[in-house]
Amino acid sequence: MKSDQIPPQTPSLPQGQPPSLWELFIEFLIIGAVSFGGGIVAYQKILLTEKRKWLNDDEFMAALAISQTMPGLNAVNLAVLAGDRLRGAPGAIAAAIGLLIPGCTFVLVVGLIYLKNANHPDANMILAGVAAAATGLLAAITYRLGRRQFVEIKRLAILIATFVLMSIVNWSLPVVLLIMAPIAIYLFRPKPNQD
Amino acid sequence: MLSLIHLVLTFGMLSLLAVGGGTAVLHEMQEVLQSSYQITAEMFVHVYSVGQLAPGPNMTMVIVFGYQIAGALGAALVGFSFFLPSSFLCFWIGRVWNKIGDTPWRRAVQNALEPISIGLMCSGVFAVGKAALSGPLTILLAVVSLVIILFSRTNPVYVILGLGGAGAAVNYWLSLS
Repeated sequence: MKSDQIPPQTPSLPQGQPPSLWELFIEFLIIGAVSFGGGIVAYQKILLTEKRKWLNDDEFMAALAISQTMPGLNAVNLAVLAGDRLRGAPGAIAAAIGLLIPGCTFVLVVGLIYLKNANHPDANMILAGVAAAATGLLAAITYRLGRRQFVEIKRLAILIATFVLMSIVNWSLPVVLLIMAPIAIYLFRPKPNQD
Repeated sequence: MLSLIHLVLTFGMLSLLAVGGGTAVLHEMQEVLQSSYQITAEMFVHVYSVGQLAPGPNMTMVIVFGYQIAGALGAALVGFSFFLPSSFLCFWIGRVWNKIGDTPWRRAVQNALEPISIGLMCSGVFAVGKAALSGPLTILLAVVSLVIILFSRTNPVYVILGLGGAGAAVNYWLSLS
């Protein structure tokens, strides 16, 4: 990465001083530690636009839009973009690492306990119920996020085609994306009169 | 060594294909882990569930597979290869975006990827459900969980833990009688 390509920092930081790397790291670490049960982006919005006012609403929404367009976890992408906006590349790293450390620690500790007891009937009995409930949760999240996709015929058709190619025809993900992404982008291409 | 490279490439690819979030690649991840690394569907769904209970992004659970496959080094490699490529891409595109500003094409790409991403999430539900729903009790638990989460504001972690405990209790009671 060439440093001369770094865009000039927009001078409009809402509240004076940009945070130190340490502050960025700690604030995202806190979010990573307290955001049980999803909704991380909401925590990030409160941190960035209300608690510390590091970004204004427009800046936040712009970063969120890019986070959602790019592959990867939205919350991690958002941390990267906000960190970069505030403190450049080191800021992006500090924010993303801070966000991920608590969850990684948790899953490693619990995961190791599980792997050591994977064949223990009691562990499996509890996890069978947990896994069933987690399936319900995933279905609920999918429905909530996707509500808009189920009611519009064009979107529903893309959705169903993707699902069928993936789960019924059993093609691999790269192939499915190579087929579906160009078709979908073509269907949603910008109309000239809207430019 | 070769298998570690394969591990890094696998999760690096999943990272870049995770349109709309990590759940979009659950199906693919499960298939690869089963065919290349002998991780059963049951273990996959158990580790996935642990991720649901974790704070922060739920997909941090991928490092547990790394640990299972290649110990601490595997966990680190999987963590980096799953989170670094997409983060770097987003970082880089974010800077380009700051320069050129928003275009109608970003909106077009986002619009196009939304239904694809939900379709892939449905595949994720399907893959996880196939492994997790093994009988009437687990199906009932999944439906109850779905209904509670859709119609109340209860934190999902409590729902999952509560239903997991309830399921275990029922199973225990059934095994007594």
